[in-house]
Amino acid sequence: MRLTAEEQAMLRGEHGPAVKDAIEYLVRVGEFWGAERLVPVTNVHMMGDIEIMGDGGLKWLECAAEKKARCALNVTTNARSFDFPLVERLQQDAGEAAKEKKLIGLLQQMNVSTTDTCINYQTLYQPHLGERVAWGDTGTVIYANSVFGARSNFESGPAAFAAALTKRVPEYGFQLERHRKGTFVVKLEAELDDLADWGAVGKLVGEPNQSYFQVPVFTGVKRAPSSDELKHLGASLASYGSMGMFHMVGVTPEAPSLEAALGGNTPHSELTIGNAELERLYGGYDLGDGSCDLIVFSGPQLSLWELKDLAERFDGRRIKAGTQVFVTSSNGVLSAGRKLGYVQKLEQAGATLMEGVCFYILQNLSQMRTRNGWTNMISNSAKIVNIIGAHRFNTILRRTQDCVDIAVEGRLR
Amino acid sequence: MSGVIARIEVERAFGETVEGEAVVSEEGFSPRYDLDRWSGVITKPGHKLEGTQIKDKICFFPTAKGGIAAGWAFYDIKCKGIAPKALVFGVTNPVMVQGAVFANMTITEGWSRPPREVIRTGDWVRVDPARRVIELLERRA
Repeated sequence: MRLTAEEQAMLRGEHGPAVKDAIEYLVRVGEFWGAERLVPVTNVHMMGDIEIMGDGGLKWLECAAEKKARCALNVTTNARSFDFPLVERLQQDAGEAAKEKKLIGLLQQMNVSTTDTCINYQTLYQPHLGERVAWGDTGTVIYANSVFGARSNFESGPAAFAAALTKRVPEYGFQLERHRKGTFVVKLEAELDDLADWGAVGKLVGEPNQSYFQVPVFTGVKRAPSSDELKHLGASLASYGSMGMFHMVGVTPEAPSLEAALGGNTPHSELTIGNAELERLYGGYDLGDGSCDLIVFSGPQLSLWELKDLAERFDGRRIKAGTQVFVTSSNGVLSAGRKLGYVQKLEQAGATLMEGVCFYILQNLSQMRTRNGWTNMISNSAKIVNIIGAHRFNTILRRTQDCVDIAVEGRLR
Repeated sequence: MSGVIARIEVERAFGETVEGEAVVSEEGFSPRYDLDRWSGVITKPGHKLEGTQIKDKICFFPTAKGGIAAGWAFYDIKCKGIAPKALVFGVTNPVMVQGAVFANMTITEGWSRPPREVIRTGDWVRVDPARRVIELLERRA
């Protein structure tokens, strides 16, 4: 790789040992991908929670702090595994909760803003067309690339942290123009009236085309989709397909036309998704033992508008005794939601609102599942339906109103 | 080289040369979606390797699934002593690479022929990143 004089100084340790470690690491990753140089980034979003980092990751972070690591950019954090006031009720491990608090302290000490949200792109920072950022989780990355036209690869915790210390990332993948062009076409004929429908499209497109370097181009969209709809589509494409970018002709900034979105590529296939495909998908879920005592609105965290919509749907209704409904969002959204009365409506219906977490990241989730006798998990998020598998839930995707009705009536359909 | 029954070339590689027992998957992989990160067993219901232990194995996966989590997860499972020796992907994503490099775990991407044509789960194989090759050393399955 060609490194600038400043980068070479970093490699020699002239900016301290933490920066030296970080740039060595970025160069190794860049070399794997054949990157020719490092490029500057303006903003970092990183994953750093105890559930995924474990004791090893925590110890590593302690070492970084001892080396006086200090982030040189604005850095936000992704959802984490504890909402501390709920630790006891959920019977999560107090020792692990203490480690999570320690981890948060270390990150703050190193100049990280621990915002604990996976919807930074809706609530905290909106990069402009062409702006380079270093983001993770995947839902944030696909939104940045597709909807903003910003540039990011999937940057995992260590990679995002290294970017924050050096203000750089290796130039490969979606940092390069050539990887941002569409590779196949998806014609949307379905009505897509619900957030779950957009997630379902992500599953139908992502699952058979699993590859980071596949970029679907959507055509035929009937109306301007909302940010929440694009969020569910993107999160699902990233989850099922490991994809980091899509185009939507007439909607996303790098797709003024199909030709522009494809950028000279010949699409390898053209897929059509109509109402029949969606109905088949919903009908294909195994209902397991028919239980429906766990309904989750999470993954990604809810925006204020999703929260408002859900509050209206639950308003005046009561969740069936024995059924648990979890809703997760960020501190910012929940604070606004409380001020506006949305949170209270949901609480009056019997839902549990959780702050700064995502349901599938919760510490001790497998044990929680066993203890509560949960078998099925029902959600309107296609992403969480996919991602929670290792915890051995049988998962079922349903439209938002169906989820609400199931929660209230206690009948799975 | 003597003793090499079959050879697969890979496009990109990182890490030390390792030898071990192969686990050949027809399905992609994510440490968060599929793996119990406390036992090293693939636990996602319906995964084609459900019930398979990946500790010390050389794992062949056609694709990467998800997910940002691998960045920390590989380091974590290495600290817990349940990491595979190498990950061999047909197509991978940046996170798998970032995670493997962070954990100093051998990783490769791209193969000259599908591994299942020559390697079966249980066979003894070597991954040599410097030479960008995977070699079948002993047929055990």
